[in-house]
Amino acid sequence: MAARIQMPKQARQGELIEIRILIQHPMETGYRHDDVGHLIKRNVINAFSCRYNGEEVFRADLSSGISANPYLQFYTVAGASGELEFTWIDDESKQGLERQSITVKA
Amino acid sequence: MSPGSAAARILVAALACTAAQAQERGIPLDRLKSGSAFLGADLRDLQADDFANPGMLWVERGEKLWREPAGKSERSCAGCHQDAETNMRGVAARYPKIDPASGKLLNLESRINLCRAERMGAEALRHESEELLALTAYLARQSHGVPIEVDIGGPARAHFESGRAFYYRRHGQLNLSCAHCHEANWGRRLFAETVTQGHPNAWPAYRMEWQTLGSLERRLRACLSGIRAEMLPYGSPEYRDLELFLAWRAQGLPVEAPGVRR
Repeated sequence: MAARIQMPKQARQGELIEIRILIQHPMETGYRHDDVGHLIKRNVINAFSCRYNGEEVFRADLSSGISANPYLQFYTVAGASGELEFTWIDDESKQGLERQSITVKA
Repeated sequence: MSPGSAAARILVAALACTAAQAQERGIPLDRLKSGSAFLGADLRDLQADDFANPGMLWVERGEKLWREPAGKSERSCAGCHQDAETNMRGVAARYPKIDPASGKLLNLESRINLCRAERMGAEALRHESEELLALTAYLARQSHGVPIEVDIGGPARAHFESGRAFYYRRHGQLNLSCAHCHEANWGRRLFAETVTQGHPNAWPAYRMEWQTLGSLERRLRACLSGIRAEMLPYGSPEYRDLELFLAWRAQGLPVEAPGVRR
């Protein structure tokens, strides 16, 4: 599952940083039918989480009301230098994982 | 004179008028409006946002595919063309274009597949496959902001005329030509939608209705379906001829690919 992430590579300690993520996913609602009339099974990303040096700073429970290729934007406070880990999982138990590092200066 | 024959006379006059106009530009160059002008502010902003524009997912994939060797030659697109950002700038704005070697009219998709067949020894990518959409979107993106300028002279002329004829011909059960909506009624409402001028400069585009990126050909098929006409199969030469006419009609509009559309 491809994803695009946009966040600052560097920040000052205590600074509010904006994080944007766009994940490629069909977000199949479970309400649609294919060309021969069969119901297409629901498959959406149902959970998303962002951890900053191991600590969860953002979590979202998604459902069939979210459009394909979901785009999330959230904020956190720059604490220490390190890594942000983004994880998500869909109804077929497929997991996505992306990592971004950040340098924080005092 | 009966009311019926008066109506018939008006109709004949209208048809003659349509034929005369078909020789010129239906919409003068200074009145051209890109499809984005008919969008709501939210979709316009989404298109303009290089990060959030969902079409950029395909552009990013296309960038990877550009460097990936394929086929018997084990050559990548970059193996010949090198850096797309410099060498492919403005290329998409000149398509559809005649291939000098074969004399055939090619759009971006068929150009990519011809390259794969002749230079890379690779299989053709399927229409609307993720790979073909990604490469097309990546190539089109390299012409972002470049005004459309196609050559309709020489061997392209016959294709242009055929595309123009298709555009002004009535199709389907609703018996409408492209011009009935996109030249005579652009800017007016059709149910909840504003009718656009029908320009190709944002394609391939991410269409909300599809929840994915699609080619111009897919969009044209959707138009045909909308007027209850028979959808020609993907890859039909009629689409390429029409694309050439549409590109000429949109001359000067900057390429916006990947666009975001309703």
